[in-house]
Amino acid sequence: MNAPIARLFGVVILLFALLVLFTSRWTVFEASSLNNNTLNVRTLLDELKIKRGRILAADGTVLAKSVPAPGNTWSRTYPTGRLFSQPVGFSIAAKSEAIGLEDSAGADLRGIQTGLSSIFGQLSPRPVGDDVYTTLDPKGQRSAIQALAGMHGSVVALDPSTGAVKVMYANPGYDNNNPPSSNSTTDTTFNRVTQGHYAPGSTFKIVTATAAIDSGMYTPNSVINGNSPITVSGVPLANDGGKSWGPQTLTTAMTYSINTIFAQVAEHVGRGTMTDYMKRFGFYSKPPLDYPSFQLAISQPYVTPTRAYPPASRDEDIGRIGIGEGGLLVTPLQMAMVASAVADGGTLMTPHLIDRVVDQDGRTVRTTNPTVYSHVMKSSTAAEVTRMMEKVVEEGTGTAVQLGGISVAGKTGTAQIGPNGSNLTQPAFVAFAPADHPKIAIAVMIDESNGGFGGSVAAPIAKTVLQTLLADGA
Amino acid sequence: MSARNRELLGLIPASLLVTAGFAGVFIQRSNALSNVSLTYGALFLGLCIAAHIFIRFTLPRADPYMFPLVAVLASFGLVMVYRINPTLARQQAQWFVLGLFLFAATIILLRDYRKLERYRYIIVLISLGLLVLPRLPGIGYSANGAYLGVRIPGLFVFQPAEFAKIGLVIFLASYLRDTRQVLVQGGRRFLGITFPPLKQFGPVIVIWGLAMATLVVLSDTGSSVMFYGGLLAMLYVATNRLSFVVIGLIAAGIGFWYLGTHIPHIHARVETWLHPLNPTLYHAPLGSYQVANSIFAQAAGGLFGQGFGQAQLTLPGGGPLLPFPQTDMIYAVITDELGLFGAVAVLITYLLFVARGFKVALLARDSFSTLLAVGLSAMFALQVFVIVGGVTRVIPLTGVTLPFISYGGSSIVANLVLLALLLLVSDRARRPE
Repeated sequence: MNAPIARLFGVVILLFALLVLFTSRWTVFEASSLNNNTLNVRTLLDELKIKRGRILAADGTVLAKSVPAPGNTWSRTYPTGRLFSQPVGFSIAAKSEAIGLEDSAGADLRGIQTGLSSIFGQLSPRPVGDDVYTTLDPKGQRSAIQALAGMHGSVVALDPSTGAVKVMYANPGYDNNNPPSSNSTTDTTFNRVTQGHYAPGSTFKIVTATAAIDSGMYTPNSVINGNSPITVSGVPLANDGGKSWGPQTLTTAMTYSINTIFAQVAEHVGRGTMTDYMKRFGFYSKPPLDYPSFQLAISQPYVTPTRAYPPASRDEDIGRIGIGEGGLLVTPLQMAMVASAVADGGTLMTPHLIDRVVDQDGRTVRTTNPTVYSHVMKSSTAAEVTRMMEKVVEEGTGTAVQLGGISVAGKTGTAQIGPNGSNLTQPAFVAFAPADHPKIAIAVMIDESNGGFGGSVAAPIAKTVLQTLLADGA
Repeated sequence: MSARNRELLGLIPASLLVTAGFAGVFIQRSNALSNVSLTYGALFLGLCIAAHIFIRFTLPRADPYMFPLVAVLASFGLVMVYRINPTLARQQAQWFVLGLFLFAATIILLRDYRKLERYRYIIVLISLGLLVLPRLPGIGYSANGAYLGVRIPGLFVFQPAEFAKIGLVIFLASYLRDTRQVLVQGGRRFLGITFPPLKQFGPVIVIWGLAMATLVVLSDTGSSVMFYGGLLAMLYVATNRLSFVVIGLIAAGIGFWYLGTHIPHIHARVETWLHPLNPTLYHAPLGSYQVANSIFAQAAGGLFGQGFGQAQLTLPGGGPLLPFPQTDMIYAVITDELGLFGAVAVLITYLLFVARGFKVALLARDSFSTLLAVGLSAMFALQVFVIVGGVTRVIPLTGVTLPFISYGGSSIVANLVLLALLLLVSDRARRPE
């Protein structure tokens, strides 16, 4: 009976080999797909057991922290609530939901949780993540809330020399301790600063002026006929109040926001060059912010609110785009980047929210070094555009933002929205200050006003925030 | 070195394992090494040495590796169960002590185990009676739709199938010893296949019927597969006729196919086996939640595991993430915490034990002894295959225990009796004439 016993043992070995094979299948070959299966809640539970690091403002104010929850888990609480809900966002690990920095800085907040473990497991009983220090300024943020006074709209301020985001606030917002349901009518997690599409109106003339001067086709003193109306792409275009300005310099056209002149300039500069400069400013791609990609919208001309024109499309009305119309839709962040590029001598710094990441022992793990996003224009062009923008505030449409003692360079915008003949506008103001040595670039864009202008509605808000930030030594 | 000294040395790794294991669990629990782990290790070592001294005096020539292998498995099991539920581990340790007493009793009472042959029909009747017990009203109870256990209120709960398997092996070994010649020579060839003579093959068919009945009446697929596989293994060794095994497998295949497609709850088991990640099945009551989480747990383990005590077994709300972690699913917990390497180490330990069992069968000088050793070893191997195969989705999941490791008094006691029988056969085989 020896031979059958040996063969029987062979069968047993085969059966055990099958067990080893299948164990390997689950532990190795199909492990990643199983770990990522939506039915598998283990990854989620692991997440709940991690004490995520804090999120802090530039001055050390705690914006987000972890508090113990039942079952050896942690939950998040946000001491500043709606004041910082848009940049910070929220994280609900149990639902696998996160937006804002809670999402984009997730890897830092969770810390380095490697898969390596010994037979005794990790000797640290509970995994702890790193603290994320942001560039946000609580005083500036508070002044934005106060200045908006409940009006729906966005305020975003950057440090032009580094790209650090100082203020990011929009109405309506929400309390991230208690995120609104999707059908809430009063609160929303939609961040207008990075996701909202506004008609830039005349604030876009900064871009047109930059393209015109930097390409060498115009100087600030080039004289263009400012009569009204003129025909642009087969459709008549009039100046505000139908006023015919006659021959004027480009600087004057900027100061008084003369549409017909800028439309002609944009048409003369041409689609290719205009598009090229827009791309340098960051249009046509998602802003390079350390923020969740799904919360960043692209600024460019749109055929419909959801369908964009291809870059430099023959179908787009470049003359109207040159004055911020023609289907052009922008985010407030993009317009702040425009101001920032001019302010920083033509160099656009990559905007960022995270200043540094610090571990639980106080060691700095990572610091965000300011990086150049693009060289938009020559510094001489930047100086000339700055001078033109200063004139806007000194004697043009933006006098409401005069700070007294500190020179401000800005540009107003008042886009007509709603049906023809309606009085509805989207007032906007884009600026930086001090003009000679810029510390803050700001964009204020208001959702809707009944006949209000950029200079009368948006500029005063920008003024308040600028004053606060500059007084704060920004 | 003498066999017994080798056995003694073999116990050292078992004791180190239990000490290191408890130390691991304590470190994980309280972040401090407690001397309780050393106490546990010392106690376990003491028990094993007592058992070793007993073997030294009663069965001096018995296989020296089997007891240490069992000690390794049992100590590992104790640590795993402790890590899952300390209260259950204490009970498990008590069962282990009781099992050692029964182990000793078996060796003393059955010094000449061949006298079992005289009682073979009584033994088989008792075994069959045991199998039916869980279906009896009042004392039987079911888990997961299968009738697996008997509960004597206020006393204890036990799983008769664990003991029935030993009785059935004793009966078959004895019966096949008598009839093997007739089965081989009386066979008729038909279509080039040798069919066994019906008269002598009758009882074998009865066993086949019983296996199927166990499946239908008790829904105990696991034991059914185990019994039937054990039967075929013994039949094959007794007759050396592959054709008998093939006929047996075909018959079983037809039986399982019919039951798998026509008995709703067995069909449901097959469905959860084939499609565990189907969301509808996953969320259905008694659906694929257990199987799916078994493979999720193994995936979480990866190559090296998450570390002792790191597997997630419960949901934050208190519900089970991995149902039955201490019994059916203990292999998934092992894989989760110790990874593929740990799981394979456990499987190799089992394989070594089975190899020693077959070695005992090879050395035995009479057919009854050989068949007894083959049957017990094959049954043991199949039990491991059925439960680990179920957990790893090689076959549909059915509830049998992982011998010596799973929590369960009946399992540990019955398997220690199984070990006693193998050691008895081994000692006699090596005894000089």
